[in-house]
Amino acid sequence: MIQDTIAEIKNPALSIQDLCVYYDQNKAVKNVSVDIKKNTVTAIMGPSGCGKSTLLRALNRMHELYDNIRTEGKVLIHDQNIYDVPAIKLRRQMGMVFQRPNPFPTMSIYENVIAGYKLNGIRLKKGEKDEVVERSLRDVALWDEVKDTLHKKGTFLSGGQQQRLCIARALAFGPEIILMDEPTSALDPIATSKVEDLLVKLKENYTIILVTHNMTQAARISDYSLFMYLGELVEYGKTKNMFTNPIDPRTEQYLTGKFG
Amino acid sequence: MNSDKITKLVLSLGSFILIIVAAGMVYSLVVGSIPAFKTFGFQFIFSNNWDPTSGKENYGALPFIAGTLISSILALLISLPLSFSTSLFLGEYFKGTRVARILSTLVDLLAGIPSIVYGLWGFYVLRPLMIELGIGSQGFGVFTASVILAIMIIPYATSLSNEIISMVPNDLKEAAYSLGATRLEVIQTVTIPNAHSGIIAGYILSFGRALGETMAVTMLIGNSNKVPDSLFGTGNSMASVIANQFGEADGLKLSALIAIGLLLFVITALVNALGKLIIKKMQ
Ligand SMILES: Nc1ncnc2c1ncn2[C@@H]1O[C@H](COP(=O)(O)OP(=O)(O)OP(=O)(O)O)[C@@H](O)[C@H]1O
Ligand SMILES: [Mg+2]
Repeated sequence: MIQDTIAEIKNPALSIQDLCVYYDQNKAVKNVSVDIKKNTVTAIMGPSGCGKSTLLRALNRMHELYDNIRTEGKVLIHDQNIYDVPAIKLRRQMGMVFQRPNPFPTMSIYENVIAGYKLNGIRLKKGEKDEVVERSLRDVALWDEVKDTLHKKGTFLSGGQQQRLCIARALAFGPEIILMDEPTSALDPIATSKVEDLLVKLKENYTIILVTHNMTQAARISDYSLFMYLGELVEYGKTKNMFTNPIDPRTEQYLTGKFG
Repeated sequence: MNSDKITKLVLSLGSFILIIVAAGMVYSLVVGSIPAFKTFGFQFIFSNNWDPTSGKENYGALPFIAGTLISSILALLISLPLSFSTSLFLGEYFKGTRVARILSTLVDLLAGIPSIVYGLWGFYVLRPLMIELGIGSQGFGVFTASVILAIMIIPYATSLSNEIISMVPNDLKEAAYSLGATRLEVIQTVTIPNAHSGIIAGYILSFGRALGETMAVTMLIGNSNKVPDSLFGTGNSMASVIANQFGEADGLKLSALIAIGLLLFVITALVNALGKLIIKKMQ
Protein backbone atom coordinates (compact mmCIF):
# COMPACT_ATOMS: atom_id res chain seq x y z
CA MET A 1 0.00 0.00 0.00
CA ILE A 2 1.24 3.43 -0.84
CA GLN A 3 0.52 6.38 1.36
CA ASP A 4 2.32 9.35 -0.02
CA THR A 5 0.61 11.91 2.16
CA ILE A 6 -0.23 10.17 5.41
CA ALA A 7 2.57 11.96 7.19
CA GLU A 8 1.17 15.31 6.23
CA ILE A 9 -2.10 14.82 8.04
CA LYS A 10 -1.88 16.22 11.53
CA ASN A 11 -4.85 16.28 13.85
CA PRO A 12 -6.93 14.07 11.58
CA ALA A 13 -10.71 14.30 11.84
CA LEU A 14 -10.76 10.55 11.81
CA SER A 15 -8.03 8.01 12.12
CA ILE A 16 -8.91 4.58 10.80
CA GLN A 17 -6.53 1.92 12.08
CA ASP A 18 -6.38 -1.62 10.83
CA LEU A 19 -10.10 -1.81 10.20
CA CYS A 20 -11.61 -5.11 9.08
CA VAL A 21 -15.25 -5.88 8.39
CA TYR A 22 -16.63 -9.37 7.94
CA TYR A 23 -19.97 -10.47 6.54
CA ASP A 24 -20.20 -13.83 8.26
CA GLN A 25 -16.88 -15.39 7.12
CA ASN A 26 -16.39 -13.09 4.16
CA LYS A 27 -13.82 -10.37 4.85
CA ALA A 28 -15.10 -7.38 2.89
CA VAL A 29 -12.78 -4.71 4.29
CA LYS A 30 -9.22 -5.83 4.85
CA ASN A 31 -6.98 -4.07 7.37
CA VAL A 32 -7.60 -0.55 6.16
CA SER A 33 -5.61 2.22 7.85
CA VAL A 34 -6.06 5.80 6.83
CA ASP A 35 -6.19 9.29 8.35
CA ILE A 36 -8.89 11.65 7.14
CA LYS A 37 -8.02 15.32 7.06
CA LYS A 38 -10.33 17.86 8.63
CA ASN A 39 -12.42 20.13 6.43
CA THR A 40 -11.75 18.22 3.27
CA VAL A 41 -13.76 16.09 0.91
CA THR A 42 -12.25 12.62 0.85
CA ALA A 43 -13.46 10.39 -1.95
CA ILE A 44 -13.59 6.61 -1.63
CA MET A 45 -13.31 5.05 -5.07
CA GLY A 46 -13.09 1.58 -6.48
CA PRO A 47 -14.93 -0.96 -8.58
CA SER A 48 -18.32 -2.29 -7.52
CA GLY A 49 -18.14 -4.70 -4.61
CA CYS A 50 -14.70 -3.57 -3.44
CA GLY A 51 -16.00 -2.61 -0.01
CA LYS A 52 -16.56 1.15 -0.24
CA SER A 53 -19.98 1.13 1.39
CA THR A 54 -18.86 -1.42 3.90
CA LEU A 55 -15.94 0.79 4.97
CA LEU A 56 -18.13 3.89 5.17
CA ARG A 57 -20.82 2.18 7.22
CA ALA A 58 -18.25 0.94 9.70
CA LEU A 59 -17.49 4.56 10.59
CA ASN A 60 -20.85 5.25 12.20
CA ARG A 61 -21.24 1.67 13.39
CA MET A 62 -24.17 0.95 11.11
CA HIS A 63 -23.01 -2.66 10.90
CA GLU A 64 -24.05 -3.22 14.49
CA LEU A 65 -27.66 -3.27 13.39
CA TYR A 66 -27.02 -6.63 11.75
CA ASP A 67 -26.05 -9.77 13.57
CA ASN A 68 -24.01 -11.28 10.75
CA ILE A 69 -21.56 -8.40 10.44
CA ARG A 70 -18.41 -8.13 12.55
CA THR A 71 -15.93 -5.29 12.75
CA GLU A 72 -12.33 -5.28 13.99
CA GLY A 73 -9.79 -2.53 14.42
CA LYS A 74 -9.97 1.03 15.63
CA VAL A 75 -11.35 4.30 14.43
CA LEU A 76 -10.24 7.32 16.42
CA ILE A 77 -12.16 10.54 16.58
CA HIS A 78 -10.55 13.13 18.89
CA ASP A 79 -8.19 10.34 20.02
CA GLN A 80 -11.13 8.30 21.25
CA ASN A 81 -12.03 4.96 19.72
CA ILE A 82 -15.54 5.10 18.26
CA TYR A 83 -16.16 1.64 19.64
CA ASP A 84 -15.69 2.99 23.16
CA VAL A 85 -18.45 5.58 23.01
CA PRO A 86 -22.15 4.77 22.87
CA ALA A 87 -23.26 4.25 19.26
CA ILE A 88 -26.04 6.78 19.70
CA LYS A 89 -23.63 9.52 20.74
CA LEU A 90 -21.26 8.65 17.93
CA ARG A 91 -23.97 8.77 15.30
CA ARG A 92 -24.85 12.30 16.34
CA GLN A 93 -21.30 13.33 15.50
CA MET A 94 -21.51 11.68 12.11
CA GLY A 95 -24.25 12.52 9.67
CA MET A 96 -25.00 9.99 6.96
CA VAL A 97 -26.48 10.51 3.52
CA PHE A 98 -27.62 7.49 1.60
CA GLN A 99 -27.51 6.53 -2.03
CA ARG A 100 -31.26 6.79 -2.54
CA PRO A 101 -32.92 9.92 -1.11
CA ASN A 102 -34.87 8.71 1.90
CA PRO A 103 -36.82 11.49 3.60
CA PHE A 104 -39.26 10.16 6.18
CA PRO A 105 -42.50 9.84 4.19
CA THR A 106 -44.75 10.42 7.18
CA MET A 107 -43.08 13.72 8.04
CA SER A 108 -43.23 17.18 6.49
CA ILE A 109 -40.15 18.93 5.12
CA TYR A 110 -39.90 20.86 8.38
CA GLU A 111 -40.18 17.74 10.53
CA ASN A 112 -37.67 15.91 8.38
CA VAL A 113 -35.04 18.56 9.02
CA ILE A 114 -35.47 18.43 12.78
CA ALA A 115 -36.01 14.66 12.85
CA GLY A 116 -32.65 14.24 14.57
CA TYR A 117 -33.83 16.27 17.54
CA LYS A 118 -37.17 14.52 17.65
CA LEU A 119 -35.58 11.09 17.45
CA ASN A 120 -33.23 11.90 20.27
CA GLY A 121 -36.02 13.23 22.42
CA ILE A 122 -34.57 16.73 22.49
CA ARG A 123 -37.30 19.35 22.88
CA LEU A 124 -36.70 22.66 21.19
CA LYS A 125 -38.74 25.82 21.47
CA LYS A 126 -40.66 26.80 18.36
CA GLY A 127 -38.25 29.64 17.65
CA GLU A 128 -35.20 27.41 17.99
CA LYS A 129 -36.75 24.85 15.69
CA ASP A 130 -37.51 27.46 13.07
CA GLU A 131 -33.93 28.62 13.28
CA VAL A 132 -32.44 25.15 12.88
CA VAL A 133 -34.73 24.40 9.95
CA GLU A 134 -33.94 27.63 8.15
CA ARG A 135 -30.20 27.41 8.74
CA SER A 136 -30.00 23.77 7.62
CA LEU A 137 -32.12 24.34 4.54
CA ARG A 138 -30.06 27.41 3.64
CA ASP A 139 -26.91 25.35 4.06
CA VAL A 140 -28.12 22.99 1.36
CA ALA A 141 -29.49 25.80 -0.83
CA LEU A 142 -32.99 24.45 -0.55
CA TRP A 143 -34.55 27.18 1.57
CA ASP A 144 -35.72 29.40 -1.27
CA GLU A 145 -37.30 26.47 -3.05
CA VAL A 146 -39.29 25.13 -0.12
CA LYS A 147 -39.80 27.99 2.34
CA ASP A 148 -43.48 28.26 1.40
CA THR A 149 -44.18 24.54 1.55
CA LEU A 150 -42.36 23.60 4.73
CA HIS A 151 -45.34 21.73 6.06
CA LYS A 152 -45.88 19.60 3.01
CA LYS A 153 -44.56 16.06 2.89
CA GLY A 154 -40.91 15.80 1.93
CA THR A 155 -41.70 13.04 -0.50
CA PHE A 156 -43.41 15.53 -2.84
CA LEU A 157 -40.05 17.08 -3.70
CA SER A 158 -38.00 16.15 -6.75
CA GLY A 159 -35.26 13.56 -6.32
CA GLY A 160 -32.53 16.20 -6.14
CA GLN A 161 -34.49 18.29 -3.67
CA GLN A 162 -35.15 15.20 -1.57
CA GLN A 163 -31.46 14.42 -1.48
CA ARG A 164 -30.64 17.97 -0.40
CA LEU A 165 -33.35 17.64 2.24
CA CYS A 166 -31.64 14.49 3.48
CA ILE A 167 -28.34 16.34 3.62
CA ALA A 168 -30.06 19.13 5.58
CA ARG A 169 -31.43 16.49 7.93
CA ALA A 170 -27.92 15.15 8.45
CA LEU A 171 -26.55 18.67 9.03
CA ALA A 172 -29.27 19.89 11.37
CA PHE A 173 -27.84 18.12 14.36
CA GLY A 174 -24.44 19.70 13.87
CA PRO A 175 -22.25 16.69 13.10
CA GLU A 176 -18.54 17.02 12.55
CA ILE A 177 -18.29 14.46 9.82
CA ILE A 178 -20.68 13.68 7.01
CA LEU A 179 -20.62 10.22 5.47
CA MET A 180 -22.07 10.00 2.00
CA ASP A 181 -22.64 6.86 -0.02
CA GLU A 182 -22.97 7.74 -3.70
CA PRO A 183 -25.31 10.60 -2.86
CA THR A 184 -25.73 11.69 -6.47
CA SER A 185 -26.08 8.37 -8.22
CA ALA A 186 -29.88 8.64 -8.26
CA LEU A 187 -29.87 12.25 -9.47
CA ASP A 188 -29.86 13.92 -12.88
CA PRO A 189 -26.86 16.02 -13.97
CA ILE A 190 -28.31 19.34 -12.83
CA ALA A 191 -29.25 18.06 -9.39
CA THR A 192 -25.86 16.35 -9.21
CA SER A 193 -23.98 19.54 -9.88
CA LYS A 194 -26.02 21.34 -7.22
CA VAL A 195 -25.13 18.72 -4.66
CA GLU A 196 -21.49 18.82 -5.73
CA ASP A 197 -21.34 22.61 -5.34
CA LEU A 198 -22.91 22.15 -1.97
CA LEU A 199 -20.27 19.67 -0.82
CA VAL A 200 -17.47 22.02 -1.77
CA LYS A 201 -19.14 24.74 0.27
CA LEU A 202 -19.91 22.44 3.21
CA LYS A 203 -16.32 21.38 3.72
CA GLU A 204 -15.60 24.76 5.27
CA ASN A 205 -17.49 23.55 8.31
CA TYR A 206 -17.57 19.80 7.99
CA THR A 207 -15.37 16.91 7.06
CA ILE A 208 -16.91 14.95 4.23
CA ILE A 209 -16.25 11.35 3.29
CA LEU A 210 -17.80 10.55 -0.04
CA VAL A 211 -18.17 7.17 -1.69
CA THR A 212 -18.40 7.62 -5.41
CA HIS A 213 -18.42 5.59 -8.55
CA ASN A 214 -17.94 8.63 -10.61
CA MET A 215 -14.28 9.43 -11.24
CA THR A 216 -14.91 12.84 -12.70
CA GLN A 217 -16.90 13.69 -9.61
CA ALA A 218 -14.05 12.62 -7.38
CA ALA A 219 -11.65 14.65 -9.51
CA ARG A 220 -13.91 17.71 -9.42
CA ILE A 221 -14.69 17.98 -5.76
CA SER A 222 -12.46 15.82 -3.61
CA ASP A 223 -9.23 16.89 -1.98
CA TYR A 224 -8.08 13.41 -1.05
CA SER A 225 -8.86 10.13 -2.69
CA LEU A 226 -8.75 6.63 -1.49
CA PHE A 227 -8.73 3.77 -3.96
CA MET A 228 -9.95 0.37 -2.83
CA TYR A 229 -9.77 -2.94 -4.58
CA LEU A 230 -11.16 -6.28 -3.32
CA GLY A 231 -11.50 -4.95 0.20
CA GLU A 232 -7.99 -3.54 0.39
CA LEU A 233 -6.87 0.04 0.45
CA VAL A 234 -4.65 0.25 -2.60
CA GLU A 235 -3.73 3.89 -2.73
CA TYR A 236 -4.43 7.02 -0.76
CA GLY A 237 -3.34 10.53 -1.44
CA LYS A 238 -4.14 13.96 -2.73
CA THR A 239 -6.69 13.63 -5.49
CA LYS A 240 -4.62 15.75 -7.85
CA ASN A 241 -1.61 13.51 -7.46
CA MET A 242 -3.58 10.32 -7.73
CA PHE A 243 -5.32 11.34 -10.91
CA THR A 244 -2.24 12.69 -12.64
CA ASN A 245 0.27 10.25 -11.36
CA PRO A 246 -1.17 7.09 -9.83
CA ILE A 247 1.42 4.96 -8.16
CA ASP A 248 -0.18 1.53 -8.03
CA PRO A 249 -0.86 -0.13 -11.40
CA ARG A 250 -4.36 -1.14 -10.21
CA THR A 251 -5.23 2.48 -9.53
CA GLU A 252 -4.04 3.44 -12.95
CA GLN A 253 -6.06 0.65 -14.54
CA TYR A 254 -9.17 1.79 -12.71
CA LEU A 255 -8.68 5.44 -13.57
CA THR A 256 -8.17 4.62 -17.21
CA GLY A 257 -11.35 2.58 -17.24
CA LYS A 258 -9.80 -0.87 -17.44
CA PHE A 259 -12.20 -2.14 -14.77
CA GLY A 260 -14.98 -0.84 -12.62
CA MET B 1 -61.41 -21.32 -32.49
CA ASN B 2 -57.86 -21.24 -31.20
CA SER B 3 -56.84 -22.28 -27.72
CA ASP B 4 -56.46 -18.67 -26.58
CA LYS B 5 -60.09 -17.99 -27.29
CA ILE B 6 -61.22 -21.20 -25.62
CA THR B 7 -59.24 -20.36 -22.47
CA LYS B 8 -60.75 -16.92 -22.41
CA LEU B 9 -64.23 -18.33 -22.82
CA VAL B 10 -63.80 -20.89 -20.05
CA LEU B 11 -62.35 -18.31 -17.69
CA SER B 12 -65.07 -15.74 -18.31
CA LEU B 13 -67.69 -18.45 -17.94
CA GLY B 14 -66.22 -19.27 -14.53
CA SER B 15 -66.31 -15.68 -13.34
CA PHE B 16 -69.79 -15.29 -14.76
CA ILE B 17 -71.05 -18.26 -12.74
CA LEU B 18 -69.44 -16.80 -9.66
CA ILE B 19 -71.20 -13.49 -10.14
CA ILE B 20 -74.54 -15.26 -10.70
CA VAL B 21 -74.08 -17.28 -7.51
CA ALA B 22 -73.21 -14.21 -5.42
CA ALA B 23 -76.05 -12.18 -6.87
CA GLY B 24 -78.41 -15.11 -6.33
CA MET B 25 -77.39 -15.33 -2.68
CA VAL B 26 -78.02 -11.66 -2.07
CA TYR B 27 -81.28 -11.90 -3.98
CA SER B 28 -82.60 -14.83 -1.95
CA LEU B 29 -81.52 -13.15 1.31
CA VAL B 30 -83.43 -10.03 0.35
CA VAL B 31 -86.50 -11.92 -0.83
CA GLY B 32 -86.46 -14.17 2.24
CA SER B 33 -86.30 -11.24 4.62
CA ILE B 34 -89.12 -9.24 3.02
CA PRO B 35 -91.91 -10.72 5.23
CA ALA B 36 -90.02 -9.83 8.41
CA PHE B 37 -89.30 -6.26 7.30
CA LYS B 38 -92.89 -5.89 6.03
CA THR B 39 -94.30 -6.97 9.38
CA PHE B 40 -91.96 -5.12 11.72
CA GLY B 41 -90.51 -2.37 9.57
CA PHE B 42 -87.29 -0.81 10.80
CA GLN B 43 -88.46 -1.69 14.30
CA PHE B 44 -87.03 -5.10 13.45
CA ILE B 45 -83.52 -3.73 13.86
CA PHE B 46 -84.18 -1.78 17.06
CA SER B 47 -86.57 -4.03 18.95
CA ASN B 48 -85.15 -6.27 21.61
CA ASN B 49 -88.18 -8.48 21.92
CA TRP B 50 -87.69 -11.96 20.46
CA ASP B 51 -90.83 -13.90 21.13
CA PRO B 52 -91.72 -16.91 18.98
CA THR B 53 -94.93 -17.80 20.95
CA SER B 54 -97.55 -18.37 18.25
CA GLY B 55 -100.33 -15.83 18.26
CA LYS B 56 -98.21 -12.99 19.68
CA GLU B 57 -95.12 -13.61 17.55
CA ASN B 58 -92.66 -10.76 17.64
CA TYR B 59 -89.11 -10.64 16.36
CA GLY B 60 -86.50 -7.99 17.02
CA ALA B 61 -82.86 -8.34 16.00
CA LEU B 62 -81.33 -5.98 18.54
CA PRO B 63 -80.20 -8.64 21.04
CA PHE B 64 -78.24 -10.42 18.33
CA ILE B 65 -76.83 -7.29 16.76
CA ALA B 66 -75.74 -6.16 20.22
CA GLY B 67 -74.29 -9.58 21.08
CA THR B 68 -72.33 -9.73 17.83
CA LEU B 69 -70.98 -6.20 18.06
CA ILE B 70 -70.14 -6.33 21.76
CA SER B 71 -68.41 -9.71 21.60
CA SER B 72 -66.47 -8.73 18.48
CA ILE B 73 -65.36 -5.36 19.82
CA LEU B 74 -64.36 -6.92 23.11
CA ALA B 75 -62.47 -9.64 21.22
CA LEU B 76 -60.67 -6.98 19.23
CA LEU B 77 -59.67 -5.13 22.40
CA ILE B 78 -58.40 -8.31 24.03
CA SER B 79 -56.45 -9.42 20.96
CA LEU B 80 -54.95 -6.02 20.23
CA PRO B 81 -52.06 -5.90 22.70
CA LEU B 82 -51.17 -9.53 22.03
CA SER B 83 -51.18 -9.36 18.26
CA PHE B 84 -49.54 -5.95 18.22
CA SER B 85 -46.61 -7.05 20.32
CA THR B 86 -46.33 -10.31 18.40
CA SER B 87 -46.24 -8.51 15.09
CA LEU B 88 -43.54 -6.11 16.34
CA PHE B 89 -41.60 -9.09 17.62
CA LEU B 90 -41.87 -10.85 14.25
CA GLY B 91 -41.54 -7.91 11.91
CA GLU B 92 -39.01 -5.76 13.76
CA TYR B 93 -37.13 -7.15 16.73
CA PHE B 94 -36.58 -10.67 15.48
CA LYS B 95 -37.12 -10.08 11.78
CA GLY B 96 -35.57 -12.81 9.66
CA THR B 97 -34.46 -14.94 12.58
CA ARG B 98 -35.27 -18.56 13.23
CA VAL B 99 -37.34 -17.74 16.29
CA ALA B 100 -39.49 -15.44 14.18
CA ARG B 101 -39.96 -18.09 11.52
CA ILE B 102 -41.04 -20.68 14.06
CA LEU B 103 -43.38 -18.27 15.82
CA SER B 104 -44.93 -17.07 12.61
CA THR B 105 -45.55 -20.67 11.53
CA LEU B 106 -47.28 -21.25 14.85
CA VAL B 107 -49.40 -18.16 14.36
CA ASP B 108 -50.40 -19.37 10.90
CA LEU B 109 -51.21 -22.74 12.41
CA LEU B 110 -53.62 -21.04 14.82
CA ALA B 111 -55.45 -19.60 11.84
CA GLY B 112 -55.97 -23.08 10.41
CA ILE B 113 -57.64 -24.63 13.44
CA PRO B 114 -61.35 -25.29 12.75
CA SER B 115 -63.59 -23.11 14.85
CA ILE B 116 -65.39 -26.10 16.35
CA VAL B 117 -62.08 -27.08 17.95
CA TYR B 118 -61.76 -23.63 19.47
CA GLY B 119 -65.33 -24.01 20.69
CA LEU B 120 -64.57 -27.35 22.30
CA TRP B 121 -61.47 -26.01 23.96
CA GLY B 122 -63.44 -23.02 25.18
CA PHE B 123 -66.16 -25.24 26.51
CA TYR B 124 -63.93 -27.66 28.39
CA VAL B 125 -61.04 -25.42 29.42
CA LEU B 126 -62.01 -21.78 29.29
CA ARG B 127 -65.52 -22.11 30.69
CA PRO B 128 -64.47 -23.95 33.85
CA LEU B 129 -61.79 -21.30 34.30
CA MET B 130 -64.45 -18.60 34.10
CA ILE B 131 -66.52 -20.41 36.72
CA GLU B 132 -63.50 -20.53 38.99
CA LEU B 133 -62.95 -16.83 38.46
CA GLY B 134 -66.56 -16.30 39.48
CA ILE B 135 -67.75 -15.06 36.11
CA GLY B 136 -71.28 -16.47 35.86
CA SER B 137 -72.36 -19.71 37.48
CA GLN B 138 -72.13 -21.65 34.22
CA GLY B 139 -69.17 -19.80 32.76
CA PHE B 140 -71.14 -18.97 29.62
CA GLY B 141 -71.43 -15.43 28.44
CA VAL B 142 -70.31 -12.63 26.20
CA PHE B 143 -66.94 -12.32 27.91
CA THR B 144 -66.12 -16.01 27.54
CA ALA B 145 -67.10 -15.92 23.88
CA SER B 146 -64.99 -12.80 23.39
CA VAL B 147 -61.89 -14.44 24.83
CA ILE B 148 -62.23 -17.33 22.38
CA LEU B 149 -62.93 -14.92 19.53
CA ALA B 150 -59.87 -12.91 20.51
CA ILE B 151 -57.66 -15.99 20.30
CA MET B 152 -59.20 -16.89 16.97
CA ILE B 153 -58.56 -13.52 15.35
CA ILE B 154 -55.03 -13.00 16.69
CA PRO B 155 -53.45 -14.82 13.73
CA TYR B 156 -55.19 -12.58 11.19
CA ALA B 157 -54.31 -9.31 12.83
CA THR B 158 -50.80 -10.53 13.59
CA SER B 159 -49.86 -11.85 10.19
CA LEU B 160 -51.18 -8.80 8.35
CA SER B 161 -49.52 -6.27 10.66
CA ASN B 162 -46.35 -8.32 10.69
CA GLU B 163 -46.26 -8.23 6.92
CA ILE B 164 -46.82 -4.48 6.85
CA ILE B 165 -44.28 -3.82 9.59
CA SER B 166 -41.60 -5.83 7.86
CA MET B 167 -42.33 -3.94 4.65
CA VAL B 168 -41.24 -0.62 6.18
CA PRO B 169 -38.17 0.18 4.07
CA ASN B 170 -34.88 -0.56 5.71
CA ASP B 171 -33.28 2.63 4.44
CA LEU B 172 -35.78 4.68 6.45
CA LYS B 173 -34.88 2.83 9.59
CA GLU B 174 -31.19 3.19 8.84
CA ALA B 175 -31.72 6.92 8.29
CA ALA B 176 -33.23 7.14 11.74
CA TYR B 177 -30.45 5.10 13.31
CA SER B 178 -27.87 7.28 11.56
CA LEU B 179 -29.40 10.27 13.36
CA GLY B 180 -28.73 8.63 16.69
CA ALA B 181 -32.09 7.03 17.34
CA THR B 182 -32.48 4.05 19.62
CA ARG B 183 -34.45 1.05 18.53
CA LEU B 184 -37.51 2.14 20.46
CA GLU B 185 -37.32 5.59 18.90
CA VAL B 186 -37.04 4.05 15.45
CA ILE B 187 -40.14 1.96 16.14
CA GLN B 188 -42.07 4.95 17.44
CA THR B 189 -41.13 7.49 14.83
CA VAL B 190 -40.47 5.41 11.73
CA THR B 191 -41.87 1.89 11.88
CA ILE B 192 -45.29 2.50 13.37
CA PRO B 193 -46.10 5.78 11.57
CA ASN B 194 -45.18 4.16 8.26
CA ALA B 195 -47.16 1.01 8.96
CA HIS B 196 -50.07 2.33 10.94
CA SER B 197 -52.76 2.33 8.27
CA GLY B 198 -51.87 -1.24 7.37
CA ILE B 199 -51.95 -2.22 11.01
CA ILE B 200 -55.37 -0.61 11.41
CA ALA B 201 -56.63 -2.34 8.27
CA GLY B 202 -55.45 -5.65 9.73
CA TYR B 203 -57.49 -5.05 12.85
CA ILE B 204 -60.55 -4.07 10.84
CA LEU B 205 -60.33 -7.24 8.74
CA SER B 206 -59.93 -9.40 11.81
CA PHE B 207 -62.90 -7.60 13.35
CA GLY B 208 -64.81 -8.63 10.23
CA ARG B 209 -63.89 -12.23 10.90
CA ALA B 210 -65.04 -12.00 14.49
CA LEU B 211 -68.43 -10.67 13.39
CA GLY B 212 -69.27 -13.76 11.38
CA GLU B 213 -67.75 -16.40 13.62
CA THR B 214 -70.42 -18.94 14.56
CA MET B 215 -69.51 -22.27 16.12
CA ALA B 216 -67.16 -21.22 18.87
CA VAL B 217 -69.43 -18.37 19.86
CA THR B 218 -72.58 -20.43 19.95
CA MET B 219 -70.91 -22.93 22.27
CA LEU B 220 -69.95 -20.25 24.76
CA ILE B 221 -72.11 -17.16 24.59
CA GLY B 222 -75.03 -18.66 26.50
CA ASN B 223 -77.61 -18.35 23.71
CA SER B 224 -80.10 -16.22 25.60
CA ASN B 225 -82.10 -14.03 23.28
CA LYS B 226 -81.68 -10.75 25.08
CA VAL B 227 -79.37 -7.79 25.00
CA PRO B 228 -76.61 -8.80 27.42
CA ASP B 229 -77.00 -7.15 30.87
CA SER B 230 -73.27 -6.84 31.26
CA LEU B 231 -70.04 -7.91 29.60
CA PHE B 232 -70.13 -11.02 31.73
CA GLY B 233 -73.83 -11.74 31.15
CA THR B 234 -75.15 -14.19 28.60
CA GLY B 235 -76.42 -13.17 25.19
CA ASN B 236 -76.54 -14.37 21.65
CA SER B 237 -74.99 -13.39 18.36
CA MET B 238 -76.40 -13.00 14.88
CA ALA B 239 -74.60 -15.98 13.42
CA SER B 240 -75.30 -18.08 16.47
CA VAL B 241 -79.06 -17.49 16.60
CA ILE B 242 -79.35 -18.42 12.95
CA ALA B 243 -77.39 -21.62 13.44
CA ASN B 244 -79.41 -22.59 16.49
CA GLN B 245 -82.93 -21.82 15.39
CA PHE B 246 -82.82 -22.34 11.68
CA GLY B 247 -83.77 -26.02 11.85
CA GLU B 248 -87.19 -25.62 13.45
CA ALA B 249 -88.10 -22.25 11.94
CA ASP B 250 -90.71 -21.50 9.34
CA GLY B 251 -92.94 -18.65 8.28
CA LEU B 252 -92.27 -15.33 9.92
CA LYS B 253 -89.54 -16.69 12.18
CA LEU B 254 -87.63 -18.08 9.21
CA SER B 255 -87.95 -14.72 7.52
CA ALA B 256 -86.67 -12.98 10.67
CA LEU B 257 -83.64 -15.27 10.74
CA ILE B 258 -82.95 -14.62 7.07
CA ALA B 259 -83.25 -10.90 7.75
CA ILE B 260 -80.63 -11.23 10.49
CA GLY B 261 -78.46 -13.06 7.97
CA LEU B 262 -78.88 -10.18 5.56
CA LEU B 263 -77.96 -7.64 8.23
CA LEU B 264 -74.89 -9.66 9.19
CA PHE B 265 -73.91 -9.84 5.55
CA VAL B 266 -74.24 -6.08 5.16
CA ILE B 267 -72.30 -5.25 8.34
CA THR B 268 -69.49 -7.67 7.49
CA ALA B 269 -69.29 -6.45 3.91
CA LEU B 270 -69.03 -2.84 5.07
CA VAL B 271 -66.32 -3.65 7.58
CA ASN B 272 -64.32 -5.63 5.02
CA ALA B 273 -64.73 -2.93 2.42
CA LEU B 274 -63.39 -0.38 4.88
CA GLY B 275 -60.36 -2.55 5.65
CA LYS B 276 -59.64 -3.15 1.96
CA LEU B 277 -60.07 0.53 1.20
CA ILE B 278 -57.45 1.48 3.77
CA ILE B 279 -55.02 -1.09 2.40
CA LYS B 280 -55.62 0.12 -1.14
CA LYS B 281 -55.08 3.74 -0.15
CA MET B 282 -51.77 2.79 1.40
CA GLN B 283 -50.33 1.32 -1.80
N1 LIG C 1 -25.34 -7.30 3.67
C1 LIG C 1 -24.34 -8.03 3.14
N2 LIG C 1 -24.23 -9.34 3.45
C2 LIG C 1 -23.22 -10.08 2.94
N3 LIG C 1 -22.28 -9.61 2.13
C3 LIG C 1 -22.32 -8.32 1.79
C4 LIG C 1 -23.36 -7.46 2.28
N4 LIG C 1 -23.15 -6.22 1.79
C5 LIG C 1 -22.05 -6.31 1.02
N5 LIG C 1 -21.53 -7.55 1.02
C6 LIG C 1 -20.32 -7.99 0.31
O1 LIG C 1 -19.24 -7.21 0.72
C7 LIG C 1 -18.46 -6.80 -0.37
C8 LIG C 1 -18.35 -5.30 -0.40
O2 LIG C 1 -19.62 -4.74 -0.61
P1 LIG C 1 -19.89 -3.19 -0.62
O3 LIG C 1 -21.35 -3.00 -0.66
O4 LIG C 1 -19.15 -2.55 0.48
O5 LIG C 1 -19.26 -2.78 -2.02
P2 LIG C 1 -19.21 -1.35 -2.70
O6 LIG C 1 -17.80 -1.07 -2.96
O7 LIG C 1 -19.98 -0.38 -1.92
O8 LIG C 1 -19.94 -1.67 -4.07
P3 LIG C 1 -20.92 -0.75 -4.93
O9 LIG C 1 -20.03 0.19 -5.66
O10 LIG C 1 -21.56 -1.72 -5.86
O11 LIG C 1 -21.86 -0.09 -4.01
C9 LIG C 1 -19.11 -7.38 -1.61
O12 LIG C 1 -18.39 -8.52 -1.98
C10 LIG C 1 -20.49 -7.76 -1.17
O13 LIG C 1 -20.89 -8.94 -1.80
MG1 LIG D 1 -21.88 0.63 -2.21
